[in-house]
Amino acid sequence: MRAPSLGVEAVPQPLRRVMRKRIFWPLATLALLLLFSLATNPHFFAVTIRDGHLYGSLVDILNRASPLMIIAMGLTLVIATHGIDISVGAVVAISAAVAATLIGGELVLSGAHVPRFPLPVVVLGALAVATLFGMWNGVLVSLVGMQPIVATLILLVAGRGVAQLITSGQIITIYYSPYFLIGNGFVLGIPFSLFIVAAVLAVLAFLARRTALGLFIEAIGLNPIAARFTGIRARSITFWVYAVCGLCAGIAGLIVSSNVKSADGNNAGLLLELDAILAVVLGGTSLSGGRFTLLGSVVGALIIQTLTTTIYSVGVAPEVTLVVKALVVFVVSILQSDRVRNRIAALGQIGEAAP
Amino acid sequence: MSEAVPVLEMKGISKRFPGVQALSAVDFRLFAGEVHSVMGQNGAGKSTLIKVLTGVHPADSGRILLEGNEIRPSSPLDAQKLGISTVYQEVNLCPNLSVAENICLGRDGSEAYGIRWGRMRRKAEALLADLNVRVDVTAPLSSYSIALQQMCAIARSLSARSRILILDEPTSSLAEDEVKMLFSVVRRLKAQGLAILFITHFIDQTFEISDRITVLRNGLLVGEYPVSALSRMELITRMVGREIEEGGPARARARDAGLPAQAAGGVPSAGNGARTATPFLSASGLGRRGSVRGVDLQVTCGESLGIGGLLGSGRTEIARLLFGIDRAEEGTILVEGRPAEIASPVEAILRGIGFCPEDRKLEGVIGDLSLRENIILALQTKRGVFRNLSRTRQEEIASSYIKALGIKAGDAEMPIAQLSGGNQQKALLARWMATDPRMLILDEPTRGIDVAAKVEIMRQVMELCDKGMAVIFISAEMDEVVRYSNRVAVMRDRRKVGEIESREADEHAVFQIIAGGQT
Repeated sequence: MRAPSLGVEAVPQPLRRVMRKRIFWPLATLALLLLFSLATNPHFFAVTIRDGHLYGSLVDILNRASPLMIIAMGLTLVIATHGIDISVGAVVAISAAVAATLIGGELVLSGAHVPRFPLPVVVLGALAVATLFGMWNGVLVSLVGMQPIVATLILLVAGRGVAQLITSGQIITIYYSPYFLIGNGFVLGIPFSLFIVAAVLAVLAFLARRTALGLFIEAIGLNPIAARFTGIRARSITFWVYAVCGLCAGIAGLIVSSNVKSADGNNAGLLLELDAILAVVLGGTSLSGGRFTLLGSVVGALIIQTLTTTIYSVGVAPEVTLVVKALVVFVVSILQSDRVRNRIAALGQIGEAAP
Repeated sequence: MSEAVPVLEMKGISKRFPGVQALSAVDFRLFAGEVHSVMGQNGAGKSTLIKVLTGVHPADSGRILLEGNEIRPSSPLDAQKLGISTVYQEVNLCPNLSVAENICLGRDGSEAYGIRWGRMRRKAEALLADLNVRVDVTAPLSSYSIALQQMCAIARSLSARSRILILDEPTSSLAEDEVKMLFSVVRRLKAQGLAILFITHFIDQTFEISDRITVLRNGLLVGEYPVSALSRMELITRMVGREIEEGGPARARARDAGLPAQAAGGVPSAGNGARTATPFLSASGLGRRGSVRGVDLQVTCGESLGIGGLLGSGRTEIARLLFGIDRAEEGTILVEGRPAEIASPVEAILRGIGFCPEDRKLEGVIGDLSLRENIILALQTKRGVFRNLSRTRQEEIASSYIKALGIKAGDAEMPIAQLSGGNQQKALLARWMATDPRMLILDEPTRGIDVAAKVEIMRQVMELCDKGMAVIFISAEMDEVVRYSNRVAVMRDRRKVGEIESREADEHAVFQIIAGGQT
């Protein structure tokens, strides 16, 4: 007898229902990675309180992953429309450059540093510029009709130039300490950046699931013609989705520049777009558009950061870390494919039938 | 013939897909030198039967005997090697390659290590000559008609070992004379002793070409009949499983007789009383470059306007202009007497217009969304992004329409792509019914769906029309246009060439207008 292709039936009913959930596989992957880390380092899960702040590997992973989590969420919406935005790394650099320039980089040796503009202006200014660049992508894709990868490639290349133009080719060091709260500070013992992540997730999840926006985005990603024929304003939704993606990259830019206390037009957010795409895919959103999960992308970003942290903590030699990372990503991606999953489930079924 | 041993016997074939029993214990046999049609509505199990036979899906149970030997085709290629050739509905060839290349390349291994062009050309010519077709085989395939492309597909699929030829809806995109051409080839192959399995939705063609008919319904075998022992009505009744009036409700004639437009329900026809003085929509001088020119139309509430014309006459283009998919460059549209600039579908929807497009798969359903989401989509766009329908409300709406239209689906959360064509079309109708439209434009709403679904859909539409909705009905089937409308606007070469009251018309009258302008 040929093994049925839908081997999932071998699994008990309640578990099967959980496995159907889009979020199940990313969460399972993350759990496995964390357990592996725990096995190699018994103190991996330890969280201590120092100076009233939480410290520990888990807190560190969450904190370091926050720019990636935010970018991945914005990118999820773009990918759901069957688009892609590879300029997010460049927008991170631009946002960082604008913030640093608005603060001003003069070192003050005595007394508190006085920024050129007040902090709210700095933050809003950087975010506005990032959103504008997102809108630029949106115009190219939705109005001009350019292919998303080409449209955002333009900004990927030009963006770093723009960032250097803003900082006049210098790496601007930031001395204004209130700004450090964003990427380095703690509130109620928890890293401030996690509050930002939570806020972005809450706002986007509300827009996606408590309004019809999520459904419309999925419809556009799955069948743009039918979506238009049903009255969905595909152009304007696509435009705004790219704008929001730019905004998310802008927020990440603030966190990154605050964390490293400087703005480097050449290196801030470098290759972040690739990690972000990976996070979205690991999270269970298909690159071909349609159904998406914001939470999945957050988990995807955590998987990537956990992997990086684990590789270092296990003590893999730095020259092979990238290879190890690639291997794990490869395995996880393979496990995400339906075909392989069905094979595994079918194998399980044969195993059950044998005794 | 019944004493002869069948070339192919399928015994007790069952196949289950998640949520659907596609085939249960179906028997089928095929003799050499016959054309055997498999008939059934959408979802009856025709395609599944073919897919089991050609090795696309393995059967859950049952046996397939080819010339007495049990076979288990594991793939279409495997089936082809066993002597089962298939020509699919869409021509799966490369239009930019030459006829000879399309026929010969990869067909057998002989071109694997280099091509000898002369030999290939002669082989293609010989294979086509077997079908009584003589053409220049070096010309690109796309330079020939669809019918000829079909013949090339047949020539390619046949080999010395072929015992069975499966033709899956080969005529759906052919013109009448092309069908004749194809049928002469089929008869020739039949005379050569090939067993031919023929699948079509066209009842006339079934009777014209087949020797025997096997009828399937809901995955069950209804019966196998010699074509001489079956009348059209009997065939339809067996496919549907209940008595229906052939063709469904006729609109204009029912009006004339003062009868309700539907047999079922007993809703009294609103008749001309429902027509108000100002038309719901009137267009004058409507036109656009590359689309139609100077079209004048009027549709009143409670009235159905048919648009008839041949392929490419501009039928669909009118619908696209009225629904804002293409923006009109000239002319004016009045909705309820007020000028209306309809520049996008959403503006049309907000004015109470709905549109069931011609290409269901590309322009209609969103395959990976659930049935529920597909049904509520237009209502949601009408309400706007921020006035979200709650999940409970969505489920209520979906289930009420699933019930009212008799949509057959496991549940409302199934991806709509898994539904049969007729059920998808019903879901599209539900999508617009949910928006409570003042006018519905239907472009080929009955194409490629079975008789029962067609009757059900048109009954619903006519009922809405009687309650005061305006309808624009577009179809290539001229008798359908006449049947489901009060007036018919006739199109030719992207212009409107006449208009005729349906009660005075039949399809010949429409053809006369097409042939000679206004009578």
